[in-house]
Amino acid sequence: MDAQTIIARRIARELRSGMLVNLGIGIPTLVANYVPANVSVFFQSENGLIGTGPIPEEGMTHPTLTDAGGRPVSALPGASTFDSAMSFGLIRGGHVDMTVLGGLQVDEHGRLANWMIPGKMVPGMGGAMDLVSGAKRVVVAMQHTVKGKSKIVKECSLPLTSLRMVDLVVTELAVIAFREGQATLIETAPGIKPEDVVRSTEAQLTVPANVPEMQL
Amino acid sequence: MKTIALPDAVDMIPDGASLLIGGFMAVGTPERVVDELVRQGKRDLTVIANDTAMPGKGIGKLVSAGLIKKTIASHIGLNPETQQQMIAGEMAVDLVPQGTLIERIRAGGFGLGGVLTPTGVGTIVEEGKRRIEVDGKSYLLETALRADFALVHAFLADYSGNLAYALTARNFNPVIAMAGNTVIATAEHIVPVGVIAPDHVVTPAPIIDYLITNQ
Repeated sequence: MDAQTIIARRIARELRSGMLVNLGIGIPTLVANYVPANVSVFFQSENGLIGTGPIPEEGMTHPTLTDAGGRPVSALPGASTFDSAMSFGLIRGGHVDMTVLGGLQVDEHGRLANWMIPGKMVPGMGGAMDLVSGAKRVVVAMQHTVKGKSKIVKECSLPLTSLRMVDLVVTELAVIAFREGQATLIETAPGIKPEDVVRSTEAQLTVPANVPEMQL
Repeated sequence: MKTIALPDAVDMIPDGASLLIGGFMAVGTPERVVDELVRQGKRDLTVIANDTAMPGKGIGKLVSAGLIKKTIASHIGLNPETQQQMIAGEMAVDLVPQGTLIERIRAGGFGLGGVLTPTGVGTIVEEGKRRIEVDGKSYLLETALRADFALVHAFLADYSGNLAYALTARNFNPVIAMAGNTVIATAEHIVPVGVIAPDHVVTPAPIIDYLITNQ
C-alpha cells in the first residue's frame, strides 16, 4: 500500500455517521474513497455544497456543480447549496464536525503550517485558516517527511495557519495525537516500530508503553 | 432597475474602477462582462473576488490581459500568471482568508463597519489589525469592503431584476450584490415576472441597478 493510501484509509476510520466533513485538496480528497460501508457522512465543498458526491462519468457533468477546485462533482440525494457567507458560517461557527487538511509542518504543540512557503509558494490560504479555527476536529493528512526531513517539527518555521492546536496527524508511519498539548504517538503503520517513528520525527514524541498498529 | 446592452453596461465602468466580481474558480462569474472588459481594454482595475481563476477562464482573462492593478482574493494558486505579475510587481495582491473576505464584503453590503473573527489570530494575517477580546476570546477586527461596481451572475433573472442562482454558481454572487455602489447583473435566463416564486428569489429586484440583456 502506498503512503497516500495508508493515510487516507486510516483517516476514513475517523468518520462517524451523520458527521459534516470538509476535505481539503490533495491526500485529504482521497479519504472520500474509503468511507466504511456502514458509515454515512455529509461532505461539504466550501464553494457552497453539502452532499458532495463522486466525480460524475464523462458527459454527465454540469458547469454549475463543482468542488472547491472548480472540478465537476455530483450532488447526493439530500444535498443543499448555499452562498459563501453561509458556507463559512458553517465552518467558522463550529458546525463542521471534522476537517481533513494537508500540511507542510506540524509542531510538537500541534500547531499547523500549511498555506505558504515565503518566497517560493504563495497560493493564498483559501479556506484553510477558517477551517482550522472553526471545525470541531482538525485532522492533518501528510507524509511524515519531505526530502528526508521530518514535517513534524519542534517549532514551525513556516507561517502558521492558526494558533489552534490540531487534533490528529496521520502519516504513512504513524498516528499522532496532541492530548494535553503534547505530541503523543498513538498508533504505528503496519510493520513500523515506535522507534522508527521517533527516528523520523524531529519533534519530541511521547511514546506510551503500548502503541497499537493502525487498523486499515 | 434598467435593462442595458452589454457594451453600454461595461462602458459605464471607468479605468481605475474597483470591481466586486462573483464566481469561484470561474464558476458563476459573469463571463460576458469579463470578455467585454477585455474587449474595451479597461485598465488599472481593482478586483475583489474569491480567486483569480485560471488563465483563459473568468477573472483569469483580466489577469492575462494585464488589466488588474490590485487584487483582493483568498486564493491565487491555480493561476500562475497572477503569481508572476505579483512577483514582478505589476499587480498588488492582498490575500485574505476566504471566510474573512466574504464577511468583509457582507459587512460592506449590510451597513456594518466590519466583523470580529477568530480566523487569523496569531498569524501573519493579524499584522496591522486590532485584536479585540470578547468574553475572554480573541478576535481580529476585519473592516468592511465595498466597490464601485458589483458584477453579478445569476441563473434566473426576471424582468424586474429578481435573481435566483444555480448550485455552486451562487458562491459570492448574492453577497457582492449588496456591496457594489452600482450593481450590474447577467443571467443565464431572463424570465417574466412571477416565474421566480417569491420564496425562491435570493437577490431582491431593488438591489439590481442594471440587468444586461441576453442576445
